[in-house]
Amino acid sequence: MIGWDWLTDYDYDWRFILRVIAKAALAFIVINLLFAVCNLTWWVNQISIYNGLVPGRERLPYGEQAEAYNLTLDSLDAMFSTHVINRPKAENEFRVVVIGDSSVWGVLLDPGQTLAGQMNALDLQMADYHYEFYNLGYPTLSVLKDLLILERAVQYQPDLVLWLITPESLHRPSLLDAPLVQRNADATRTLIERYGLAIDPNDTRFVPELDFFGRTMVGQRRELADWWRLQLYGFDWGMTGIDHVNAPYDPLTNDFSEDVSWHGLSPGDDLQSQLALDVLDAGRAITEQAGVPLYVVNEPIYIADGENSDLHYNIWYPNWAYDTYQGIMSENATRFSDAYSSPWDMILPEHFTDSPVHMDPEGTAQFAGALSGAMMGVLFP
Amino acid sequence: MFTLPDDQFMGLTEITILLIAAFAYILIVPGRWRGWVLLVGSIVGMYWLFPVQNIRWLEYGLATATLVITIVSWFITRPTGKRARKFTNEDRLVVVIVVLMVLAFTFAREVDFLDSLISRPPPLPSVAMALLVVGMLLVLMLRLPPRLQMTFGLLAIIGVFIVIRLPFLTTAAAAFLRQNAGQDASLAAPIDIGWLGFSYVAFRLIHTIRDRQSGLLPALSLREYLTYVLFLPAYVSGPIDRAERFLEDDRALADTRLQDPHRITVGLSRIGVGLFKKFIIADSLAVISLSATLVDQAGGAGSLWLMLYAYAFRLYFDFSGYTDIAIGLGVLFGIELPENFNRPYLKQSIAAFWQSWHMTLSNWAKSYVYSPLSRSLIKQRKLSNGQIVMVANLATMVVIGLWHGMTLPFLAWGLWHGAGLTVHKLWSDRTRKWYRGLRDTPNKQLAWEITGVLLTFHFVLLGWVWFALPDLQSALSTFSRLLGGGA
Repeated sequence: MIGWDWLTDYDYDWRFILRVIAKAALAFIVINLLFAVCNLTWWVNQISIYNGLVPGRERLPYGEQAEAYNLTLDSLDAMFSTHVINRPKAENEFRVVVIGDSSVWGVLLDPGQTLAGQMNALDLQMADYHYEFYNLGYPTLSVLKDLLILERAVQYQPDLVLWLITPESLHRPSLLDAPLVQRNADATRTLIERYGLAIDPNDTRFVPELDFFGRTMVGQRRELADWWRLQLYGFDWGMTGIDHVNAPYDPLTNDFSEDVSWHGLSPGDDLQSQLALDVLDAGRAITEQAGVPLYVVNEPIYIADGENSDLHYNIWYPNWAYDTYQGIMSENATRFSDAYSSPWDMILPEHFTDSPVHMDPEGTAQFAGALSGAMMGVLFP
Repeated sequence: MFTLPDDQFMGLTEITILLIAAFAYILIVPGRWRGWVLLVGSIVGMYWLFPVQNIRWLEYGLATATLVITIVSWFITRPTGKRARKFTNEDRLVVVIVVLMVLAFTFAREVDFLDSLISRPPPLPSVAMALLVVGMLLVLMLRLPPRLQMTFGLLAIIGVFIVIRLPFLTTAAAAFLRQNAGQDASLAAPIDIGWLGFSYVAFRLIHTIRDRQSGLLPALSLREYLTYVLFLPAYVSGPIDRAERFLEDDRALADTRLQDPHRITVGLSRIGVGLFKKFIIADSLAVISLSATLVDQAGGAGSLWLMLYAYAFRLYFDFSGYTDIAIGLGVLFGIELPENFNRPYLKQSIAAFWQSWHMTLSNWAKSYVYSPLSRSLIKQRKLSNGQIVMVANLATMVVIGLWHGMTLPFLAWGLWHGAGLTVHKLWSDRTRKWYRGLRDTPNKQLAWEITGVLLTFHFVLLGWVWFALPDLQSALSTFSRLLGGGA
């Protein structure tokens, strides 16, 4: 064996093999115990090549397309450690965090075309401050998921939080459908308890707490592999600036049936009880505690003009439900110190893509322009 | 685009199963049965590893074709002389075993367990009929003179190789096979025919035929020959052993002490190192390696260089990792396969690189392309020595290039290395005396050695651009961008 003298020259016996097996077994047990007892995965997730060796990501990791150099993670630590927000704040930086659903994250948009990207492109300045917008949107419709992210986001010294909502993300029974919420059960339960949210902390949708084996290195292999893949994808992200592939999509439905129910509710039913306004209150409490203004925005929706469009705005929303929601939000605007706006119908239907809240680059740019004006109005009335 | 040596067919699961099989073999199989177990195991393993094809029954058909081609090759490479060419009882028994196995695998249609082993075999009557036709053709071949049999066999193997490596011929063959299988011929594509391990099988067969023609091949029984060609650890990714060397180990199997701590430690260590190289290093580097997609997406020259370095090391760790696994498994089974790599990226010249990169392929090409061609050119006395070296180097490297795939980028890669070897030869001939003089100045010699390593590595590195990209246009534009130019 050429070049393998270091291996072949030694005279091995059975005792040697037993010693190797014993030492390997011991090392294996010790490492697994360390992982289980000291939560080493948490430490691993703090390590990141992003914002150092490679640029930080402009939005949170999400997706399962290898060609997009992206993946969906469960660990908020790992997710935030990759984000460009995880860098020192410049002295003259006015840091604005934008949270919300997939429309904020920017499905079918490049990083620079998202709402935060377009607002950055406006190059907003005020006095000596330069506005930097950070996209902390994350796909799936759940304000509880947004709250989870918001709680982290305030640790990164924001000067303003923009929170984009829509009735679907406020629908209380669906709050726990977001995988990120289900897989961060402990953190979510803490929020439920701390802010007295009307959500069952023992809901079966929560992923059960990890047992001892689940916390070992073997049990954590998926988490560790994800972390490793995320670091490797960092090089691809750094080289290409790609974190999402715009796949072909079906155009939005423009014609609807006469059925006007919304999540089993009919006109006249109690809609307010189905909307998780208490989660918005919790968000306000978090930002107040951090001394950061919060600006809640009802995001634009697609407005159809096809069959039965007098009954439905779009595939998600029957008119009565959306109008009732609008009324409830207006009545509750004081909850947000009037830092609430609803430019719900400002974007023309042709600027929506594959969902009633996903806009194309032009629609997003229009929205960004309008939102930045409104934001300045709130900040400097 | 070039894919690494059939690696998708030898994942961790397959390697683990082979490892378990190796230990069962070490612990259970008596010495005298080892050769037979290796043969049967290799045949079963080949059918098991064959990937499912787009064309109905093709994976079964290709695995069976590999067996048939190998048996025919054994048949035509038997030594001349009436006594030597006689079938022994062992040979007859092997034929019976192989035929029974091929027929038995058709029952995978009915038995769930076998179904996971051999996917989608054709019905038994069709296979029996096909085997009958093959048998009749073999009988007809018996009537040909041995020399003609060998020439015919050699051309047939090269012909099959060209068909499965030349995209338009592969497509045509796929269309033909699709039509016969009652499938839409218009959907035919080169990926329809994925003949697992045939590149390596073909090189082994050509080696035995050429060595028989030159009288160098020892007499091999059918069992020995089949085991040599199909030996499972080396079937998918090599190395390309020589028959006479393999034979030594095979014939010593009965007396080889397999339950030996030294052997087990060495075998397992090689497998461990191989797994680390392949599944940790190479698979990680794969994410950032040069590829057509990344080249299109990437920004500046720095990114391209990073991808290129990643590609070079990925290729090395992937291929040498597989070789380590194959060698380690071989050691456990009692067969010491030859080395394929010897720190190639640390060599001081391109000639030394080729003596340490995919060594078994380089040696094969040297034996069956470079040396015969050089001898023939020298005999003709039409070219100068320098011209002979150039022609032989270019031809050899072109053959190696086209072995990877018959496309223009591989041709360019072969020419690149052929040119490199020629320039190196001319340079070293002229500087030999001066280089010897450096021995008196160690610092100068060290500096020159480091320069040699860096130059050689970067020459090889740039060569991988041809290798990694699917067409000449993208390769040329990548060269331009690497050097700071536009696309």
